[in-house]
Formats: sequence, C-alpha cells, structure tokens
Amino acid sequence: MNLNWIKIKNNSKISLLDIPILDISDLRIEIISLCRDSVTQDGIVLSGFRPVGFFGKDWGRGDTRLFVVLADDKNGVFYVSSALFKAGIREYDALTPEIPAFHMFEREFFEEFNIKPLNHPWLKPLRKNQDDYKFFEMDGEEIHQVAVGPIHAGVIEPGHFRFMCNGETVYHLEIMLGYQHRGVEKLMVQRPSNRLAESICGDSVVAYNLAYSRLMETIKGVSVSTKAQLIRLLALEMERAAIHIGDLGAIAGDIAYLMGASVFGATRTLVINTMLEFSGSRFGRGLITIGGVNFDIENEKIQRAKKTLEKVEKDVRRMVKTMLKNSSVVSRLEKTGTISTERAVEIGLTGLAARASGVNIDSRFDFFDKHFNALNVEKIHLKGTGDVNARFKIRYKEILQSFSIIRKIFDRLKDYEKEPVNCGYEVLSKENSKDVFAISVVEGWRGEVVHIAMTDAQGRLTRYKIKDPSFNNWYGLALAVRNNGVSDFPLCNKSFNLSYCGCDL
Amino acid sequence: MFDTLKSRIFQGNQFIKDIVHAPMREQFRGLPVLKNSNCDSCAKCAEICPTGALSLNPLKIDMGKCTFCGDCKNVCTKNAINFSNFYKLASTSREGLIIDERTTKELYEKTAIEVKKEIVSMFSRSLKLRQVSAGGCNGCEMELNACSNVNFDMGRFGIDFVASPRHADGLVITGPVTKNMAYALEDCFLATPNPKIVILCGACAVSGGVFQESGELAREFFEKHPVDLYIPGCPVHPLTFINGVLGYIRGKAGNGK
Repeated sequence: MNLNWIKIKNNSKISLLDIPILDISDLRIEIISLCRDSVTQDGIVLSGFRPVGFFGKDWGRGDTRLFVVLADDKNGVFYVSSALFKAGIREYDALTPEIPAFHMFEREFFEEFNIKPLNHPWLKPLRKNQDDYKFFEMDGEEIHQVAVGPIHAGVIEPGHFRFMCNGETVYHLEIMLGYQHRGVEKLMVQRPSNRLAESICGDSVVAYNLAYSRLMETIKGVSVSTKAQLIRLLALEMERAAIHIGDLGAIAGDIAYLMGASVFGATRTLVINTMLEFSGSRFGRGLITIGGVNFDIENEKIQRAKKTLEKVEKDVRRMVKTMLKNSSVVSRLEKTGTISTERAVEIGLTGLAARASGVNIDSRFDFFDKHFNALNVEKIHLKGTGDVNARFKIRYKEILQSFSIIRKIFDRLKDYEKEPVNCGYEVLSKENSKDVFAISVVEGWRGEVVHIAMTDAQGRLTRYKIKDPSFNNWYGLALAVRNNGVSDFPLCNKSFNLSYCGCDL
Repeated sequence: MFDTLKSRIFQGNQFIKDIVHAPMREQFRGLPVLKNSNCDSCAKCAEICPTGALSLNPLKIDMGKCTFCGDCKNVCTKNAINFSNFYKLASTSREGLIIDERTTKELYEKTAIEVKKEIVSMFSRSLKLRQVSAGGCNGCEMELNACSNVNFDMGRFGIDFVASPRHADGLVITGPVTKNMAYALEDCFLATPNPKIVILCGACAVSGGVFQESGELAREFFEKHPVDLYIPGCPVHPLTFINGVLGYIRGKAGNGK
C-alpha cells in the first residue's frame, strides 16, 4: 500500500535496505496523519498509531539517520520509516506540538544527536547536563517549592522531583531524571549478554532478558523449543504477579494500612521463592538465555509450586477484599491522581497505567504470539477511571489472570516433557544476519519493553535501542499529581511504580 | 474489623526465627566451589563470564565481580565449577572476595569478616543505615527493602534504614556509581556524622559489575573513602545482607558479643 512505510511484525527482522528514506518534512506529515487517528469518540478510544521508537543512528560522514517505529495495535504490526539528516542540517520542525506523545522521544533525539526540533515546547535535558537546568517557577503569596531527591527517604532509585505548591495543593510537578544513566545502549553494542540485559532494569529481569533473547534469536535465526517458550512465559507471569503483589503492599503502606503492607509483603516472598526454586534467583536471573532457558522445571517442582501459588491466590483475594471493605482505604484511593482517557492517549501512556485509564493496549494480546495465543486467555476489560483506585484494581485483576495463565502453562508443560530446554551455548557464536533491523516487544509488568537492534554488512551490532514503558509514563505521573495534596504524592508514585533506570538507561 | 483480624490470624507468624542458621533452598547460587584439578584451562568459562570474574591457572572467582548467573558452571564440561547454597558471603576485605580451590564454607565463614572491637562496642545494638542507589538497577534495592519485611524483619536486631544521612551510622551503596550520582553520593557521605561505616552491596557497587566498562561511571568515591564491608550478590539476598551486617557488628556467627 503505502510506500512510505514498511510493515514489520513483532519478533521479526527486515533488511535495512528496505526501510524507506523520506525527506524529514514528508516524514513529519506522514507521522502526524497516522497518529492523529488516536482520538476518543464517546469515551471509546480508537487504538490509533502511537510511537514506540524515534531514535537516531550515526550514518557516517556526519550524517544522522532518524528511524521511526509506530505501533498499530489494532492489527498487531509496526510501521517503520526513516529520514536522513545531512551533516549540515541541525534542525527540523518538532512533532510534539501536534502529537504530544513524541515529547520525550524528541528530547532524547536532540540530546543524543544535537539536531534541534524547532518549536518543541519543553526541550529540557533528559539524561545529561541537569545542573544547568532552571526549573519552572511560580510566584505568589501562598506559593512555595518542595524539592525532593535525587536521594529519597526510602530505599529506591534516585531522581529529583520539584513541586510547585499552593498551600498543600500541587500545581505542577517537574521531574528530573538521568541520575541512573549508565550508558547501557552503548554497552549493549560493545558487549551484549543476557546478564547485562537482566541488569538494565532489575525489577523487570525476565521481561528485559526475554526481549533481548528473542531479538538475538531473530537476528541469528535460532528457533526455540515449545517447552522453553512456555517456561519463559511462565517466568514472565510469575514476575508480573510478584511485583504486582508487592505494589499492592506498597500502596497499602503509603496509606498507612499496615496490615495490607505486611500480608502482601509476605505473600510476595512466597512467589519469588518459587522463582528461586525454578531458577536459583529470586528474580529469575540466569533463567533465560539465547536459544531457550537454562533450567528445566520438573514435575515435582510444578506440584509444589501449584500448592504454594494456590495459597498465595487465596491470601491475595482475602486481603484485597478486606482492604476494599474499609472505607478509610477506599477514600484514599478513589479520585486520587486521576489521568483521563483523553489525556492518556494524548501523552502516549502505555502498559498498566494506560489500561487503568481505559486505553486497553496490551502487547501480549495485540501482537500475535503463537505460544501465548494457544493459552486462550481473555483480555481484561476494566472501566478505566484513571485514579489510584483503578491502578490498584487492575493490578489485582492482572495478578489473578497471571495465576490462571501459570496454571495453564503448568498443565501444558506435561505435553512437552521430552523436549530440550535450550540449544546449548554454541548458538551464542552463531553469526548474525547482515544489514538487518529487528524488533522485539515484551509486555513486562509495567508495560511494553521495546528492544530494537541493527546490524551492519559484517553482521556486527551497530545500534541497540531500548524503550521502557516508564519513558512514556513519567510525564503521566507528573500530570496525575496536579491538584492533589502534596502528601498524596507517594501514593500516586507507588500506584505508577515507574522505573528510573529503565528510563535513564 | 473482624475481617482484618481473620486475615491476621490466617497469616500466622511469618518471621524467620533463627536468621543466622536460616535454611536456604538448594537451587540458590551462593559460594562457588572450585576444583582446580578438574580444570583443563579450556577458558570457556572465562569467555562467557559477563564481568570477567574468573581467572585460570589456578582457577579463581572474584565474588566482587561475580553475578552468580551460573553460566560458567553450565558451560564447563569438566565439572570444575559448582555453586553451593551457602549464602554468608560478606567480607571485610576486597581480597577476601577472591576465592580459589581451598576456600570452603567453614573456612570462609571463619575468615571473611574481621571483627573490630570498637565497631562491636559502638554498633552491636543499634545500627541505622542510609541507603544510596547510585545507578542501581532496583534489584538490590528491592532486596534491601525485603530485609525490613515481615519475613526477615531486620529491625529486631536494631538495624534499620533511615530517611536522612543525619540520622545514620553508615551508608549502604548499591549500583556502579554513575557520573550523575557521584556528587550526591559524596554529599550524602559528608552529611553522615562520624563515626560512620560504608557498606557496598552487590556486584555493581563492589566492582562495577556488568557496567564496569561503561564510560558513564565515576568511581572516585572509593579512592577517597575506605569501605568497611563488601557484600557480594546480584542482587544481594536479604539473608546475605543481614548476616553480613550482623557478623560485622556483633562478631562471630552474628549472635555472640
């Protein structure tokens, strides 16, 4: 159809030579016309196109090539196109004023390649030069600033928050990140490994490692046994359930409902200890490798895990029920930190936060995966009120859904007992395809984890691009706390539970 | 209220009674067990190691770099490398983390932590810590949070994480220390009143871990300030952390004085 774009499915590759090169002004018009569809009608969101990749690559002789990847959730494909900036060209018309979902992407592109998006409304630093930045300020008798971080009161990652408050009400929150920047994308090109992929974002170990492994399998042309695929999906759902349970506990803790905090904390331990039995690590480190998984799950372990998870499910159900019966709990959760559906689409929220706001995108369902589809799981439909309550409830529903998926996988694993779990370490030295562009998207517990890689004519990795859901969602948190009490910030923050290192890379 | 009480009763008591002798699942990858005589120096293990923790002739593992991923064990055809489930891995010296064939759990437990009288007399009953994540991936951070949950309940030993360095007796550092966090880390150290201790938690903090080759790190902090306790792991298991700290502030096996 459209010669300006090339379509690509999840976990697949295309030749770099097939990606169209447009003039930047034409590409801009194309992007705007495709993304504009994503408006709401009668409260129902049309799943239009949304950006999942917008990044540059050094194209030699001072030229820069800009790659754009848009997701078509309805049909489960990605649209890829590109534009070439010749060495002298240092600016273009920004997309953000038309499509605000691009604002982080354009800031990132500007910071990495120094090509300026003209008329970008807020070109603040993303990962570098934070010291020179001047925060927005307000003036007035009752106005005051609250500065928090980079080191926070709790044991969490670093980031700076600047609140503009009128009395106790937050007018505006500005978030400054970048403290965690470790140069991961460069390292992934120099010395890629499963272990590095696991450490990019240590709370989404399985999601990140799975995305990396699938991407490298795509580039190397390695096929993975059904058994290994099932164990991978199992680990992904275990991770989701464990973190969600922990988050329910953290939300309970932030509204001083300590009973919830301790019960959810203890039940989470059971889930991650089951993971320890499967993989030797509470977070599933060392489990997934290119070509499969490192550990088989024997029948005896399955039976034990079944029993444990049954108990966990019962405990979670009972505790959530008890908690939501308590009016002082509900009054703290309801109508706190609300993001409307329209706003969520506009700024391009993804993952759990988007679903809580009524944007029902979930890459597990939207992008076809043979092994996941065979499990016959239904997408969760929840009236997305977009407040902390909605994010609490969607977590609860996803925990139950994850447990049902895990049970199904346990039953199916019996049919594949004889299959090998991996292809041995020889696959690591298998040659990469040459001159390709490959993409892998995995729905982690926070949302879609996007990994994109490119190789050159010798098959060497030349660019590795990572996008965490937090990259889109941090701005959602900033908007969510507006007109809320400053004391509700921890609650809002926990209900999103975004990643600092996934954003800073 | 009755529902709440019911939930409480269903939960029972969750805490681990004897944290010093707490059992660990056999699958856990803890202290490596090396057999130099089996090794034929094929170097496959050193090649696959993501952090360069292995050295050959004789076979040695630097636990300060090791991510305990088990890839070296899986790739070894001669059964020269194994991982035991022994979790008390903390050491007071950087060299102590480098182990070879002669290292057994008994020997390691006895020698790894050097107890100092003044530390025991000062901190054995109460140790308040300020945690600084300087590029940590949230793995160690989550495990440090788990130290305070109802299972591990570190607070019963008088060890707590506090909100301000002004209230702290020491720092717990996670992450490889990024350029952007170096200044804040230094400030936090200076804001902690003397006497203070510094604890490094996880492979990233101890050696840079999988990020050691990154150009975005600034590890000068460690040239300026001495480190009291190294706790290896990726991430550090709560039992490793609690036992390591207890061993350091209370002496032998964590329960003596």
